[in-house]
Amino acid sequence: MHQGRERGEPPPDPEKLKVVLATDCGSTTTKAVLFELRPEGWRQTFRGEAPTTVEKPFEDVTIGARNAISEVEELSGRRILDQSVSDGLAFVRPAGGKDGIDLYVSTSSAGGGLQMMVTGVVRTMTAESAERAALGAGAIVMDVLSVDDGRRPHERIRKIRHLRPDIVLLSGGVDGGTRQHIVELAETLLAADPKPRFGRTLKLPIIYAGNRDAAEDVRKLLEGRFGFQQVPNIRPVLERENLGPARAAIHEVFLSHVMSHAPGYDKVMAASPVDIMSTPHAVGVMAELAAKRRGIDLMAVDIGGATTDVFSVCKGIFNRTVSANLGMSYSVSNVLAEAGIENICRWLPFRADPDAIRGSLRNKMIRPTTIPQDMRDLIVEQAVAREALRLALSHHKSLAVGLKGVQQERTIADAFEQNATGASLIDMMAVGMIIGSGGVLSHAPDRKSAALMLLDSFEPQGVTELCVDSIFMMPHLGVFGSVHPGAAQEIFERDCLVCLGTSICPVSGRIRPGTPVLKYEISGGAKAAGTVAAGELVRIELPVGERARVVLEPLGRSVDVGAGRGRRLEIEAKGGHAGIVFDARGRPLALPDDPDERAAANARWMEALGIATG
Amino acid sequence: MGTAYTPGLKVSADATIEKIRRLPVKGEVLVDVGATVSPDTVVARALLPGDIEIVRLADRMGVDPDELTGNVRVRVGDEVRKGDLLAEVRGFFGLFKSQVASPCDGRVEYYTEVTGHLGIRKPPVPIEINAYVAGVVREVIAGEGVVVRTRGAFIQGIFGVGGERQGRIRMSCGSPGEELSPDRVPADARGAILVGGSSVGPEALKRAAAAGARAVVVGGITDRDLREYLGYDIGIAITGDENIPLTLILTEGFGRMPMARRTFELLRSQEGKAASVNGATQIRAGAMRPEIIVPAEGARDDDRAAPEGAGAGTLGIGTPVRAIREPYFGQIGEVVELPPQPVRIPTGAVVRVLRMRIGDGRVIEVPRANVEIVEL
Repeated sequence: MHQGRERGEPPPDPEKLKVVLATDCGSTTTKAVLFELRPEGWRQTFRGEAPTTVEKPFEDVTIGARNAISEVEELSGRRILDQSVSDGLAFVRPAGGKDGIDLYVSTSSAGGGLQMMVTGVVRTMTAESAERAALGAGAIVMDVLSVDDGRRPHERIRKIRHLRPDIVLLSGGVDGGTRQHIVELAETLLAADPKPRFGRTLKLPIIYAGNRDAAEDVRKLLEGRFGFQQVPNIRPVLERENLGPARAAIHEVFLSHVMSHAPGYDKVMAASPVDIMSTPHAVGVMAELAAKRRGIDLMAVDIGGATTDVFSVCKGIFNRTVSANLGMSYSVSNVLAEAGIENICRWLPFRADPDAIRGSLRNKMIRPTTIPQDMRDLIVEQAVAREALRLALSHHKSLAVGLKGVQQERTIADAFEQNATGASLIDMMAVGMIIGSGGVLSHAPDRKSAALMLLDSFEPQGVTELCVDSIFMMPHLGVFGSVHPGAAQEIFERDCLVCLGTSICPVSGRIRPGTPVLKYEISGGAKAAGTVAAGELVRIELPVGERARVVLEPLGRSVDVGAGRGRRLEIEAKGGHAGIVFDARGRPLALPDDPDERAAANARWMEALGIATG
Repeated sequence: MGTAYTPGLKVSADATIEKIRRLPVKGEVLVDVGATVSPDTVVARALLPGDIEIVRLADRMGVDPDELTGNVRVRVGDEVRKGDLLAEVRGFFGLFKSQVASPCDGRVEYYTEVTGHLGIRKPPVPIEINAYVAGVVREVIAGEGVVVRTRGAFIQGIFGVGGERQGRIRMSCGSPGEELSPDRVPADARGAILVGGSSVGPEALKRAAAAGARAVVVGGITDRDLREYLGYDIGIAITGDENIPLTLILTEGFGRMPMARRTFELLRSQEGKAASVNGATQIRAGAMRPEIIVPAEGARDDDRAAPEGAGAGTLGIGTPVRAIREPYFGQIGEVVELPPQPVRIPTGAVVRVLRMRIGDGRVIEVPRANVEIVEL
């Protein structure tokens, strides 16, 4: 149980809340935001930030939180911190007039977030389910161990020894199946004897979510040496995943072991009657709420300094992946290493010396908080972002899949589709909204360039609403939503989402560039009509808050704008900073091979959207 | 006043430095508070648990695990020697015996009936940690390690590769702008920490290692040269464990960058003295930067307060700062104005800036995020 509640503080009554303070203690900065009930409804009103202070020389997260909250106090003129208490977090409560707050909530990803190791018997089956369970609970998965991972026992043991996970999720086998393999995995763990990251005297928590018939054998092996806890099998039968209990246990252990050993978190926990959520978990909660409310498939991406998280709610199933070493500052060199300099340079609207680009990215890595001062520098950063986003999406697609190894009953109709088991759940044609967040997207000086980054990296198909999270508020809203979902939703729509516009991306077989593929007619908030040719990007202005009726007529039997091949579609498009963008560059997006032609094409597309080219 | 986002790197002729020397597992501390230590003094020792040898008894004997019941000759906790009998199964009419002997010395840690596997933990492996710097033991962390305090010159670099090493400071370049070219590497550099100027290439690094140098300190290196020297691309910004014969420390960054004159002159003033260096770099909140520590002889301890870690400094009018991003990378100057309101910069972003006067008298405008305080 959470300390705030242990101290007897009752859960808050959402109806009585008027002023709420939320912090997100990130790996680099701690962000504090204020939510207020105004006459027009719930709003996000003020924001402050300060460097996170989890590590030396401070080693107390509340120092950074206090600094961020002080900035909110300065900006809002509201007295929030109880200055009579100098250590930890104490607040003026309840809110009255211009002073105080009613509730404090927090999320955290500081100190490297929640780091886990997971196991399963078969890599593509139980191990993959375990990975999904851990990722969905907001963890970074350091290693996936399975009987068929191609490593020999001593190699596994050596790898595990080097890791210092916060939690191990031990799963494998279906209920009633063979016990031998999962017991072998437990033996490997015992042999490696991994130590927890925090708390030298703490026993490393192991959550057992495998074959229930093997639980007793595994318990005998591990209990005493590790903190052993059993939950229902994540894959009780091959045909069904049951990730909920494992995720709940991970969340509980995250609070009781990991957070309580992280420096200063006991004080944060004591200051809030609501459980601290891991940052990605909170973002996931918000993404799920938004997808449900709209009744659409939705994707969200958060590109940070060290990692890139991708969330999807597709066909009603929530998935999250974290690409632990794809980011814009600490991990920028890893994007370079994974993507290659050629792939980064291919997004530039000018020819550049690859060595000079490499050097500037290395310097960004060693001085991660610097920002681009001139246009060319900014364009290079945005090129890196495209590659990080592309790689993170590819990683996500590989994990957000249906269950593998499942026998499917086929009807005669299925026989024509031939869907393999384990097919990706992500169908970009069905995704109705993409939300981007993280500095490079949310703080892009020209928001149209954020829209182009999403188009280039995610390659949406058909009709898709593109947004950014204005100030990376989704974590704060996710944890606030656990208390007052209605208010969180209201703020999400009003203050969190910044609409970039609506993208319309026809998909077809190979069509020669310049061939008209789509006819459109727009009425309402904007009036325009015309055709779009293959290879073109066309922007029609439609301001934020405006809506327009768009009639789309494919010019060719193979062209699909979202209603099926050759079928006409009428939509209501939402306006935004980029307005309506027709992207007829084809899917997958192919750039010219010749470097000069490619730079010219990039420049042409940027100009079509009204973006400066350096 | 305002906050600089990037803490400056310490470059100090007289600093008090504390290094925590901690074992990876609980062990025994071998020195007392007040003891004078040299870099190679062993200050703590521990026993790392030995590896486990998994003996697949059932597989080896060609029987099902349940057939082993009653036939395993050792119990959990037993000490065994290499060659000791672990299990024995008799075949038809008791004629054919199948036996498995222990492959190593150790202690039986587990036996699992489900798998028929037996785990033998080999004897523990001793590990030791040394003091790394010459100084005095200030604190003993019971069972874990010590804090060694020393006083002397302390220089933080911005990026490094290679771990802890000791040597004597030796200047290889006459000015901060000179490249440490292969011909400037002395033929005999045994035990030297070679200090160059603006940069170094793979050829000079290889020559320095062959000549016995322990470390090289320069302003910068091009990304291409570092890749060529290491033989691979650095991904995430965590270094220190590279398998290379010498430690490389950059004081300025990637590219050909003249070493800051203050750093260069300070190193020159320490020529011939024994120093401890570490290239380990971790760039996250509470970053770990590479370092050069030159303890002052005869002044290994004092009663000054413990040194403060690198925190975010405070900017004021007159604060010496250095630009750390293009287009002004490397420019050093003095803050002349701190506009309180955010300003639109050429990218279109609206950010807080400062104005600084640089060497040629010009005043340039730079985002506050793009400067670091030059610490005095």
